[in-house]
Amino acid sequence: MAPPLLSVRDLRVEFDTRDGIIPVIQNLSFDLHAGGTLGIVGESGCGKSMTALAVMGLVPGPMGRIAGGSIRLDGEDLVAAGEQRLRQVRGNEISMVFQEPMTSLNPVFTVGDQIGETVRLHQGLSRREAVNRAIEMLRAVGIPAPEKRVHEYPHQLSGGMRQRVMIAMALACRPRVLIADEPTTALDVTVQAQIFDLLQDLQAETGTAIILITHDMGAIAELAERVIVMYAGRKVEDGPVGEILGQPLHPYTKGLIRCVPHLEADPPVERRELMEIPGVVPGLSQLGGVGCPFSPRCSESRPDCNMMPVEKAGPGDHSVACWAVSEAAS
Amino acid sequence: MTEEPLLQVRDLKVHFKLGKRGLFGEPSFVHAVDGVSFDVAPGTTFGIVGESGSGKTTSALAVMRLVEATGGSVMLGGTDVLQLQGEALRMARRRMQIIFQDPYSSLNPRVRAGAIVREPLELLDVGSPAEWDERVAELFRLVGLRPEQRALFPHQFSGGQRQRIGIARALATNPEVIVCDEPVSALDVAIQAQILNLLRRLQSELGLTYLFISHDLGVVQHMCDEIAVMYLGQIVERADRISLFRQPLHPYTWALLSAVPSAAPSAKGGQNRVRLQGDPPSPIDLPPGCRFAGRCPFAEDRCRQSDPPLRAIRPGHLVACHLVSDDGKAPHMEAIEA
Repeated sequence: MAPPLLSVRDLRVEFDTRDGIIPVIQNLSFDLHAGGTLGIVGESGCGKSMTALAVMGLVPGPMGRIAGGSIRLDGEDLVAAGEQRLRQVRGNEISMVFQEPMTSLNPVFTVGDQIGETVRLHQGLSRREAVNRAIEMLRAVGIPAPEKRVHEYPHQLSGGMRQRVMIAMALACRPRVLIADEPTTALDVTVQAQIFDLLQDLQAETGTAIILITHDMGAIAELAERVIVMYAGRKVEDGPVGEILGQPLHPYTKGLIRCVPHLEADPPVERRELMEIPGVVPGLSQLGGVGCPFSPRCSESRPDCNMMPVEKAGPGDHSVACWAVSEAAS
Repeated sequence: MTEEPLLQVRDLKVHFKLGKRGLFGEPSFVHAVDGVSFDVAPGTTFGIVGESGSGKTTSALAVMRLVEATGGSVMLGGTDVLQLQGEALRMARRRMQIIFQDPYSSLNPRVRAGAIVREPLELLDVGSPAEWDERVAELFRLVGLRPEQRALFPHQFSGGQRQRIGIARALATNPEVIVCDEPVSALDVAIQAQILNLLRRLQSELGLTYLFISHDLGVVQHMCDEIAVMYLGQIVERADRISLFRQPLHPYTWALLSAVPSAAPSAKGGQNRVRLQGDPPSPIDLPPGCRFAGRCPFAEDRCRQSDPPLRAIRPGHLVACHLVSDDGKAPHMEAIEA
């Protein structure tokens, strides 16, 4: 297999807080291949979005920093790269679609200006060429009458169209990696389906690799090839999408899948209780302990869980960090 | 349904007036809810689904008298809630309460949790002040909070616990009907199950009747006994949960169901999938004919000319579509076979 396009190894992100230095991401490693799609799932506060920001070189400083590990894009370590180099990478080689299209577009510039800004900056196009590129991108993301829309402001567009504009902006420089952070949570299901199709079509055309961050297992099943499940800043399970959804090993992954009422084409007459994951995600100050962070909420917790479980290879290229599983598998 | 309905909504309309166009222009109206009718039997859950702007929340708010209805009637037991005024309306509020979507903005941050739950008891004169404290403690236990937590402020609770406070507040007056307006959509996935299980448990223990508003079809399928699908202010299909999901008749219901990404690995690939184009049109100045015609893959000329009435295809299964035949053949069923 070709070497991965993006390779993250032992990433550690720390924050200074009143309670001392808190590791919000620990020992995170993953690979992303050109044209592939990696899903990252977990509840809010599990470090999904922080992972995206770390890859973009946007960990909020000065209280936050990448404290260890490497993020290699085609062999080049972005952790070691300077701000100037990161500015060349951001928006050009790695770009991001943010969660809320309402708040991440600038209300006082036309969408054409905002899409054009990236290409003017990175590719040195003139203003007129940038407008033409913006029109081309709007057409590519399926916005009708792009010649007219390019001169409109974000408030003149619907939620679905704004998200398309965000995608157009992110793809304007044909990045090699696109990070989509909950790209459809603010949208209706019919519009969400259109955005998913759009991402898949554009990926097939341009070969962009996608990191999809979401809490929706349905979206993962639809788009991703590999999945990482994160909890409290750590990777708890990693594998191909079919195995993660079909035979989840970690109790947290099982809970995430079973606690959601999935839509069924032939619903049973009797409805069972949904499986609950008791409690809540640990707060910042509770991170960085020695034991398994999930054990207080885990139904399969045992004395070993006082120690951090090591990542253990399961069947195939499926790995899991759980004491209960490693025993059952052996 | 053999049982006498507890809540009977007939031809409910909510129109919002917009400004005039120019000095002598006609005022235009937003037809947020346009002729909605349904019955809810006691002890059951009636779900309303639809996309944003379909009027599902406005319908619920109009039933609660939190938005003024333009027309129609809402019979709760034997009284028309829409006709009540003053003291009579205030007393009727004991019988119906609401759980809001966002547990962060629907609790006053400066009031202690116990006082938030006690407020409906005070305002609606339920029981005597001596009993209130005991009742609040009981409500806390009922929703899975500890009575000691009454003294805490909302910011000291997690999102799921806050929604439990909201549920305790809605239960305080012993209501018959509770409107649940997207009660879990602001919560984390793992917390949603806790709240949904709690709502179902409370329903079976207290015999509550829910009017359940949601855009999440999986949640609606799990929670609701009967479901109405709304599109641009009107009900396009109404059926019990089994019929609606097994055999959706309206092309919009079908498109909505097929747009939901499936977590079942076998379903990957998206076969038998229809994609609606565009966004729902604006509810201002609607074109004549079926409101869905502009996005419907099967629309014919008659769809753009006349508004299809909501008619029963089978007992309890109603649909508003010209293209569904009287024996329950819908256009998308042929499309799948072909």
